[in-house]
Amino acid sequence: MSNAPLLEVENLSKSYGGVQAVSGVTFSLMPGEMLALIGPNGAGKSTCFNMVGGQIPSNEGRVRIFGRDVAGLSPRQIWRLGVGRTFQVAQVFKSMTVRENVEAVFASHQAGWGLLARAGKAHRAEAEAVLDLIGMADFADRPCADMAYGDVKRLELAMALANDPKLLLMDEPAAGMAPMERIELMALTARIAKERQIGVLFTEHDMDVVFAHADRIMVLNRGQLIAEGEPEAVRNDPQVRAVYLGEGLVYDQAAAAGKASVR
Amino acid sequence: MSLYVVQFLTGLANAASLFLAACGLSVIFGVTRIVNFAHGAFYMLGAYVAFSLTLRLEGVVGFWAGIFLAAIIVAAIGALLEMLLLRRIYQAPELFQLLATFGVTLMVQDIVHMIWGAQDLVGPRAPGLQGAVQVMGLPVPTYDILLIILGPLVLGALWLLMHRTRWGVLVRAATEDRDMVAALGVNQKWLFTGVFTLGIFLAAFGGALQIPRTAVNHLMDLSIIAEVFVVVVIGGLGSITGAFLAAVLIAELNAFGILVLPGISLVLMFLVMAVVLVLRPWGFLGKPVSTDAKTIGETTRPWHPWSPTMAVLVAASVLLAAALPAVLGPYGLSIGAQILIAVIFAMSLQFQMSTGGLDSFGHAAYFGLGAYGAAFAIQWFQLPMELALIVGPLAGLVGALVFGWFCVRLSGVYFAMLTLAFAQITWSIAFQWVEVTGGDNGILGVWPSEWASSPAAFYWLTLAAAVLTVLILRHLVFSPFGYRLRGVRDSSVRAESIGISRQRTQYVAFAISGTAAGLAGALFAFLKGSIFPDALAIPTSIDALVMVLLGGVATVSGSVVGAIVYTMATIWLMSETDLSRLVLGGFIVFLVVAFPQGIVGSLSSFTSGSLERWRGRREASRPVALSAEASR
Repeated sequence: MSNAPLLEVENLSKSYGGVQAVSGVTFSLMPGEMLALIGPNGAGKSTCFNMVGGQIPSNEGRVRIFGRDVAGLSPRQIWRLGVGRTFQVAQVFKSMTVRENVEAVFASHQAGWGLLARAGKAHRAEAEAVLDLIGMADFADRPCADMAYGDVKRLELAMALANDPKLLLMDEPAAGMAPMERIELMALTARIAKERQIGVLFTEHDMDVVFAHADRIMVLNRGQLIAEGEPEAVRNDPQVRAVYLGEGLVYDQAAAAGKASVR
Repeated sequence: MSLYVVQFLTGLANAASLFLAACGLSVIFGVTRIVNFAHGAFYMLGAYVAFSLTLRLEGVVGFWAGIFLAAIIVAAIGALLEMLLLRRIYQAPELFQLLATFGVTLMVQDIVHMIWGAQDLVGPRAPGLQGAVQVMGLPVPTYDILLIILGPLVLGALWLLMHRTRWGVLVRAATEDRDMVAALGVNQKWLFTGVFTLGIFLAAFGGALQIPRTAVNHLMDLSIIAEVFVVVVIGGLGSITGAFLAAVLIAELNAFGILVLPGISLVLMFLVMAVVLVLRPWGFLGKPVSTDAKTIGETTRPWHPWSPTMAVLVAASVLLAAALPAVLGPYGLSIGAQILIAVIFAMSLQFQMSTGGLDSFGHAAYFGLGAYGAAFAIQWFQLPMELALIVGPLAGLVGALVFGWFCVRLSGVYFAMLTLAFAQITWSIAFQWVEVTGGDNGILGVWPSEWASSPAAFYWLTLAAAVLTVLILRHLVFSPFGYRLRGVRDSSVRAESIGISRQRTQYVAFAISGTAAGLAGALFAFLKGSIFPDALAIPTSIDALVMVLLGGVATVSGSVVGAIVYTMATIWLMSETDLSRLVLGGFIVFLVVAFPQGIVGSLSSFTSGSLERWRGRREASRPVALSAEASR
């Protein structure tokens, strides 16, 4: 494992009007690491995420991917560096079949205008290799629009992986999925990340998913990182507990009475 | 100096009617999200009704009563239209709304023709305002002064209406967020009807005010609608103040453009619009619009290249078509060639619309550029037909590259309006630049080369061109480029995050489509032996749209069938009735109301309805939550 971080974020800040959505966030991500970014609604997770992915420009601070400053780069330029991305609401090409969706990824970075070849033939083998990897080979010819949402999410992951990325950004990978599907998807992601030494940055609300798979967890509240570390340390962090469970003015009394059972 | 001042005042006076029409369109769009193509028709109707009324009503009171009454009558007709037609299509894709209201425009044209006849009508001058005021030694019509005052007055009145009345607050709220207003218990139906009526009242009022200044004529509707679209796009859809600013800007540009060079005013208008849109894509005071309408990509089933069976069938039909000269006479073959040209034209639009998701409302521009390009090549450079058939598509390509550069910066309804505006500008140049284009007299003597001059030979030439075009465009759909293009159409977010540039991809598609349309135009010029500005006019664009819709927007090349059916139907229709526009307009309206999802979409949802329900039950038994949790 190399020791150079894939992703370095320094002092990243963003404000909308008077609202400081993200302020002074600093962290880094190593190859093969699963890093979770959690926090309550409105904490700035998605903003943070979109600044790393190039969807939103930052006000301040620096994002370096593979040592390169990506300020001002568009999402597609960042993708070309070797960064895969999935979205909170899965973004796939609904009018195409599963295989065609993956083929489209290969069609996108084929050199030249791409006017002469037939995409379905040119990229078939590559696309099927990716579908095999993600366990969707049997669905290859299904129209995307007919798929259950969990499978659509899986397909999106396949598209993000098709580029053979070194860094994967996943905004709420499990959102909208059934409990069993969540676990399967994240287990799959974790396995591939370990095998290929991909660094994964993900946000998530499902704590089971987070604590089962994250190597490291960052907690964001009101735009600021309030905790960072191993899952166990974060779980026991008093500030994190305060953010997630409230200040405890009510619970404290209950706890004092010995009735509370905080998990 | 004084000349400039007077010209400035004339510009301001012109701005008044333009503003009335444009703000009406803007308000209607803001609330109902419908781009009312029929706005120009109501403007014209206002002028005609006012003409009839002011002839009968005497004196100052009579004149102004006539103007107001005309606006009220037309507004009532508008309200009726909203209740009978628009209410049925609010959920339809924006393209269908544009088409339906265009159908209404066609019908109004024939109705106006029936009631008021074909000739231009000169209305009475406004009593007491016939004279002129001296401004810096030059006369300015008193009536113009009145209009100059009227513009800001109407703007002020509308501001009061929107900010000081409960109804106005609701309208503004609905412009911001329709769903929220509905959730608060406001009856949307009547709000929409009210807004539409107000918008139509303003348009008709604007038209009625024109009668003392210009002759009432049949071209008022389409000429004002193009300017109104430009004004609304520059001012920002949904913004009244923006419409006012843009109306003044455009009217002044026209007023001063005429001083510099009579033909240049249109080019100026185009340049200004281009600059504004590059700097502010949503106009002066507009905001990005989000429509609830579904995109083509969401309703399209996966496309496949032809199966071997299908390929054999297609080859057989082509052979059959190639054998037609054996049975058809010269007239039949010339209709055959016309149909094949329509196939090329329709396919070029379908590539852009179905594969690219770009709903162009001005595809005639590239058809016409191709036709004029070929005609110029023959007339000026004495090139042979073979080369002219290359120059034509190149002209279409160049036009598409220039216009497309601006158009692909926008999307949805802004894109459609901008394409229409460009097409209208091209039409005006062909119409007005008489020295070069021959104006209304067109360019004659565009004949094919010796070998292609027999009806059968020319028919085969068009057949070869059509087959080649369809094959090439179909190939492109399944090429890596086609995948990218469809990807951008389905989800531009996903496309960007796998390295596809939306703008560049769509720009290339726009250029390809324009080139193919140029080929159709060039062949058309040789078929007719001449070319007239009509080829660039709005109805040509609409023809292409209807052909694509008939064939199915959600198909790769269904427009081939659409083009054949539609061209034969219209040729037959023209021979059967004098009221072709009324019938055609009615047909378009019927199409949209009967098949709001497009013909193919409606048919498939009709047949698969029961299947979907069955599938729905099955999926429901699996615990899949479809809605994403909010996390922002």
